[in-house]
Amino acid sequence: MSDRIVVDPITRIEGHLRIEAQMEGDKIASAYSSGTMVRGIETILKGRDPRDAWAFAQRICGVCTLVHGLASIRSVENALNYQVPKNADLIRNLMNGAQYIHDHVMHFYHLHALDWVDVVSALSADPKATSELAQSLSNYPKSSPGYFADMKKKLKDFVEAGQLGIFAKAYWGHPAYKLPPEANLMAVAHYLEALSWQRDVARLHTIFGGKNPHPNFVVGGVPCPIDLNSDSAINAKRLAQVQDIINQMNTFVEQVYIPDTLAIASFYKDWGSRGEGLGNFLTYGDFPSNGMEDPTGYLIPGGAILNRDLSTIHEVNMHDSSEIQEYVAHSWYDYDGGKTTGLHPYDGETKLNYTGPTPPYDHLDVDQSYSWLKSPRWKGNAMEVGPLARVLMLYASGHDQTKDLVGMTLNKLDVPVEALFSTLGRTAARTLETKIFADAMQGWYDDLVANIKAGDTRTFNEVLWEPSSWPKQAQGVGFMEAPRGGLAHWIVIEDERIKNYQAVVPSTWNAGPRDANGQPGAYEAALEDNHTMHDPEQPIEVLRTIHSFDPCIACAVHMTDPDGKELTTVKVR
Amino acid sequence: MTNKFDDKNKTLGDTLRSRGISRRSFLKFCAATASMMALPPAMIPKVAHALENAKRPSVIWLSFQECTGCTESLTRSHSATIENLIFDSISLDYHHTLQAASGHAAEAAREAAMEENHGNYILVVDGSIPMDNPGYSTIAGISNYDMLMDTAKGAAAIIAVGTCATYGGIPHAKPNPTGAVSVGDLIKDKPIINVPGCPPIPVVITGVVTHFLTFGTIPELDHIGRPKVFYGQSIHDRCYRRPFYDKGLFAETFDDEGAQKGWCLFKLGCKGPTTYNACATTKWNNGTSFPIEAGHPCIGCSEPDFWDGGGFYKALSMPTENITQTALYTAAGAAAVGVAAGALNRAKKNAATKAHPNTTIEDLEK
Repeated sequence: MSDRIVVDPITRIEGHLRIEAQMEGDKIASAYSSGTMVRGIETILKGRDPRDAWAFAQRICGVCTLVHGLASIRSVENALNYQVPKNADLIRNLMNGAQYIHDHVMHFYHLHALDWVDVVSALSADPKATSELAQSLSNYPKSSPGYFADMKKKLKDFVEAGQLGIFAKAYWGHPAYKLPPEANLMAVAHYLEALSWQRDVARLHTIFGGKNPHPNFVVGGVPCPIDLNSDSAINAKRLAQVQDIINQMNTFVEQVYIPDTLAIASFYKDWGSRGEGLGNFLTYGDFPSNGMEDPTGYLIPGGAILNRDLSTIHEVNMHDSSEIQEYVAHSWYDYDGGKTTGLHPYDGETKLNYTGPTPPYDHLDVDQSYSWLKSPRWKGNAMEVGPLARVLMLYASGHDQTKDLVGMTLNKLDVPVEALFSTLGRTAARTLETKIFADAMQGWYDDLVANIKAGDTRTFNEVLWEPSSWPKQAQGVGFMEAPRGGLAHWIVIEDERIKNYQAVVPSTWNAGPRDANGQPGAYEAALEDNHTMHDPEQPIEVLRTIHSFDPCIACAVHMTDPDGKELTTVKVR
Repeated sequence: MTNKFDDKNKTLGDTLRSRGISRRSFLKFCAATASMMALPPAMIPKVAHALENAKRPSVIWLSFQECTGCTESLTRSHSATIENLIFDSISLDYHHTLQAASGHAAEAAREAAMEENHGNYILVVDGSIPMDNPGYSTIAGISNYDMLMDTAKGAAAIIAVGTCATYGGIPHAKPNPTGAVSVGDLIKDKPIINVPGCPPIPVVITGVVTHFLTFGTIPELDHIGRPKVFYGQSIHDRCYRRPFYDKGLFAETFDDEGAQKGWCLFKLGCKGPTTYNACATTKWNNGTSFPIEAGHPCIGCSEPDFWDGGGFYKALSMPTENITQTALYTAAGAAAVGVAAGALNRAKKNAATKAHPNTTIEDLEK
């Protein structure tokens, strides 16, 4: 297997991901994506109080730190038909929106940037020219020659001290790095600025949820009360802090993140013609303006796009057992009905069965099972979820701001519309939607203030809090758009306890292995699209495309009730 | 390829000089450090010599069965900040989420750091270790158990970060499907500092690291290995809502009068009385707030087995002290319970102090 490239660990992601690529000459012929860690959170959830589930589910992932908490409370609310106050929906939108902005900026600078930015090259930058470059791109105030001279000295001292730490043994000087030294220095400066910025804007979660990472939620509303005359509730001081954070978010997105994305992308236009992947895109829809029951009020519409055809948006039904199904043909699980069956999450069953090589090992046997991830499919199709799917869905459904942003980007980069379907397009889509959310944050904030002004301070609906008020059996799905894509939790409640719990998450869609028909997942398909490796020992090309998806592997690995039972009552939203 | 990195390693002394710090100020700093460490003045030149030749200590951070929440928390620390730590105080030589290199190069970085700093590096671990099957969690084809044992051998000390690494955490919650265990369950011959929390408070993670770097000692630990400076007091004892507990004023549900006015969340299931952590004093995210202040009861996330405590919204069901049951049945006599809990806590603290005196660098070398 001398022509098999192995990249494990894939770093600068969440979780444990391994990529194996079979080479033909210097080209990737086939790629295999493997999640290498399992915990079994869904099994742990079984038998627990459904109101507690969010805290467990939230620990599926600490990077997209609140999304599983939110999906979980929505699943319980959907199962019980539990209405939440308008303020709660607005606060949840603000929290999830803040998560997008925080997460996308951190992904760009701290997880993805070093695929494009050569830290060592920055040492030869001219601070004055760097300043001119920065000022030509944006009016961000930290752009003087002195600022960049200090940054260069800091970097130089660090490198000359000989202890490279997180920058050690990387791929500096690789010919795939195309940025001039000045752009590299600017990007390194913004890497550090973004670290500082993210700490401050994460405080929005602390205001409403008490802490970040892992802020608190509650089934039936939000835990933070609103009382303008209390020192211990959401009051004018807290709202002013929220407004400050929204301003801080907007400033950084507009003055740093968007200009940097466009500037860096302009040196890597060739990445607009590789890494497309499946051409199928899925969104569940989210950010309600009129409750989760009214999909017409969602900022992000739900739907499916097949084969790049933006003229048709297919409707997606989360409850229909023939639509979303998970396969385990190449996963370390067994199904009672055999390895080739697909099961809807309500009927999900999982038995851990590790059949991979005994560690320590060099290669996986990719003809057999090779991942702790399952392979979700929509009507049998492998789908990509995430920022690109959302931007395409907004574009296809005629969202004006999206059309403007996409048009501006294609125009500035002077690339054809097909460039959207690529590694570069995926990374650009993430930046563009961040702008959409930064603007939407102000809207939700204004609505919250207007609602309070009109006298509505309710944040919690008590009516179904006591489990004794619940039906003997209920089931529901809590879905949302998480930063990395469509996320849904399916819950079955019986006798006030969780009978079954199943999460199908963004990175399972994207990072899952082949299904029974041999259809690759989105990562695998993207790596098989036009990837030439300069040096297999320095797999920077693999990292670029994999990072363009923003992998989150702890999320993607999960398991369900081993006794998963078929249920007959299907609730339609 | 450019390779600036083969330059001769610089010591702290070189670095300070290159930053224009004079010999005189440096010696003053050494005197202050010696004084903090309670060393006689004759030791100052030795301290100076040691510091001058010190490189930034190598830190290897291993992530096992985890959610990356602990790493995220690390990046939220306002002081010390992550960028100051990695530029000025430590050499973070292996860290999946932050390091530039992947695959073979990443593993080579870990191996090089282990070899070059054998006996001196700090090992940080987040996540639990699955023992039922080595295939349940691997990195570079190596099981978590093998990687932990191999990397721990040459470590000066181990910091277990987060409730998963310290006590098994959520993977260890019933029925523990993968046989997850903590670092302390496996390593018995190294000093381990437990920094629990789900995740730990950002500045608590960096606070423990900087304590070790600044004073060269492990801070005083409680009976379950937590630094007393952060985990010495219950959240309840430091809670700004404590006076309402003492007065018997409770929120009965979310968004009622009591919730809005900031009364005690005991009846909503708050685990503050049985949870030892700094949330109520240090607070979260640059002192912005903490769960109770934002209206949600404490779920007890820095305590072992808090996931199996019987329900987050059930009044005091933590399986720790008998006071929980007492309190549950005598909610009306809340003040008396508070006093009783205080007495119990003091007794527990004294026992912990006796059992765990300060650990010094000398102890580590034994």
